[in-house]
Amino acid sequence: MEILVCVKRVPDTAENEFQLNSAGNDLERDDLVYSVNEWDNYAVEEAIQIVDNVGGNVTVVTVGDSESEEVLRREMAMGANNGILLSDDAFEGSDGKGIASILKAEIEKGKYDLIMTGAQADAAAGQVGGMLAAMLDLPYASLVNKIEVESDTKIKVGREIEGGNQEMNEIELPCVLSIQTGINEPRYVGIRGIRKVAQVEIPVKDAAALGIDPSSVGDAGAKVKRVDYFVPVLGEGAEMLEGSTDEIIKQLIERIKSKGGLA
Amino acid sequence: MTQIFTYITYKNGVADDIASEYIAAAKKIDPAATITAVVTGSGAVLDTVAQSLTSKYSEVIKISNEALAYPNAEVVRKALCNVLDKSAIILAPHDTFGMDLCPGLSIKMDSAFAADVVDFEGIEGGKLKLVRQELGGAVSTHVSCDISNGAVITIRPGAFAPVDAAASGKITDKPAGDLTAKRRFLEVIQAEVGDVDITKSDVLVSVGRGIQEQENIAIAEELAEAMGAVVSCSRPIVDAKWLEKGRQVGTSGKTVKPKVYMAMGISGSFQHMGGVKGNPYIVAVNKNPKAPIFQVADVGIIADILEFMPELTEAIKEL
Ligand SMILES: Cc1cc2nc3c(=O)[nH]c(=O)nc-3n(C[C@H](O)[C@H](O)[C@H](O)COP(=O)(O)OP(=O)(O)OC[C@H]3O[C@@H](n4cnc5c(N)ncnc54)[C@H](O)[C@@H]3O)c2cc1C
Ligand SMILES: Nc1ncnc2c1ncn2[C@@H]1O[C@H](COP(=O)(O)O)[C@@H](O)[C@H]1O
Repeated sequence: MEILVCVKRVPDTAENEFQLNSAGNDLERDDLVYSVNEWDNYAVEEAIQIVDNVGGNVTVVTVGDSESEEVLRREMAMGANNGILLSDDAFEGSDGKGIASILKAEIEKGKYDLIMTGAQADAAAGQVGGMLAAMLDLPYASLVNKIEVESDTKIKVGREIEGGNQEMNEIELPCVLSIQTGINEPRYVGIRGIRKVAQVEIPVKDAAALGIDPSSVGDAGAKVKRVDYFVPVLGEGAEMLEGSTDEIIKQLIERIKSKGGLA
Repeated sequence: MTQIFTYITYKNGVADDIASEYIAAAKKIDPAATITAVVTGSGAVLDTVAQSLTSKYSEVIKISNEALAYPNAEVVRKALCNVLDKSAIILAPHDTFGMDLCPGLSIKMDSAFAADVVDFEGIEGGKLKLVRQELGGAVSTHVSCDISNGAVITIRPGAFAPVDAAASGKITDKPAGDLTAKRRFLEVIQAEVGDVDITKSDVLVSVGRGIQEQENIAIAEELAEAMGAVVSCSRPIVDAKWLEKGRQVGTSGKTVKPKVYMAMGISGSFQHMGGVKGNPYIVAVNKNPKAPIFQVADVGIIADILEFMPELTEAIKEL
């Protein structure tokens, strides 16, 4: 099975305290720690496991700047066979549809049985996979937490739905799936694994190489544009307890008691 | 004039709460918009839902077909493309169904797409201004969405106050058209029930990724024991297999209604907080003063849970 997994380099939410820049139109990005989108690791792990079982290749692809190469290498250290970087200044400011159409151009140059994305990335949109499928006229399932290969032309997939229930579907290949966390346990990638793939050539393709009209993607082609960032104010906010740990604990116990949380 | 269609999801013949929340959302998009509910399905269940909508909406479109009995997103998408006006705004819930349906629907409608919207600030010059969040709720953004060719928008359940608009609407039946699909729904497998029922406890000590290592779960268990509470958790803890699925709080886990909810090293994503109901007293301990959880908690403490929890446990034991 030929599998393509779309991956993205994103700011790590566990590692960063996000600050706005002075103009308020972007995050202060200089000191941010980036990593591969959490969901994409699960997708790559699943692809590797499928190929281990039925044969084939795993290719990872990303739309990004030169720094995005590091996430391709990380996923190749996990076991992906090939990496492709789609990069062009004209891609900057793309909305979900723009990213999907850039990926589509690359996908049409290959022949893939299965295309995977993460369920969502840093902007929590969860859009690229479903858009890509519709553009390619392929069937789609989102939030996939189980895949069983039935034949060369059909797979069975479980989707996670509300309450942790699982919706089982049969879906024709080729298809696009967005992968939910928890489907597997992504393997650990050590420094040695990264070193092994450090020298592998990763092709970089720009708009011209992909046959994309630059005005149809990026900021120029986007219908949906982020205007600014701001820090949300929801409700009153918590009463913050301050002082020595002893004082804080005393105040906290009083409050928990008054709310019926301690006998 | 803005035409807004609201896609009604339902369970066991009862429309989801989002049916009323859409009305508030639509009014924020354009107070003068024409709002039409759209509901798909088959048989008596569909009739019941459609009928119930007439008390809220003046126009209800009903698309009935056996292939729509279960909401398979691919089939629903075809029906909506066959029936709805492509220049309209279509609202759907940002839940596991809306996420499945809407990105592809926007492509087939050739319209703009915005996901998980929490607020609207009206239309100006063909652009709809809306508010959404990124990075697990750590930052919000204003987004400008070109609606000149219509839009598909998913809204966050619970983000808009339900409007109980009184109406005596009329139902229009529309044929679904061609519904052939490459994805076939088989069955729904119910979540397994674990050995501990977190929904029964008045107090939950809930741990998130801040717990850092599996061994540290014991620290939360000691606190829970001292409080007569039960340990629950956020999703990454279940994904890592440190606790069983039955302990997970959130939209894809359990809905809990405790008196006191202790969020320990949990950032406060909407999917997690979506499982915390009944307005409990929320205690948040987090080392990041900017964590979104502090916006929804009642009381907050900036601390390392690995140090704070043992001290709290000791203090409670000494009471
Ligand atoms: C369709 C869908 C459904 C989902 N369903 C659910 C669901 O049902 N339940 C759920 O929980 N999530 C769900 N999620 C995932 C959700 O979006 C978040 O990713 C998740 O809730 C984050 O968990 P967390 O807060 O534990 O981790 P993080 O967001 O990583 O937050 C960890 C927090 O711990 C703090 N911290 C770190 N170390 C310490 C320390 N030593 N002391 C104190 N604080 C510390 C950090 O500052 C941070 O705020 C779902 C996602 C999707 C896409
Ligand atoms: N720039 C990108 N390059 C490659 N894949 C992407 C990119 N952006 C998003 N994706 C894919 O789409 C998924 C969902 O992201 P999003 O739709 O942005 O929430 C991610 O998990 C990736 O698999």
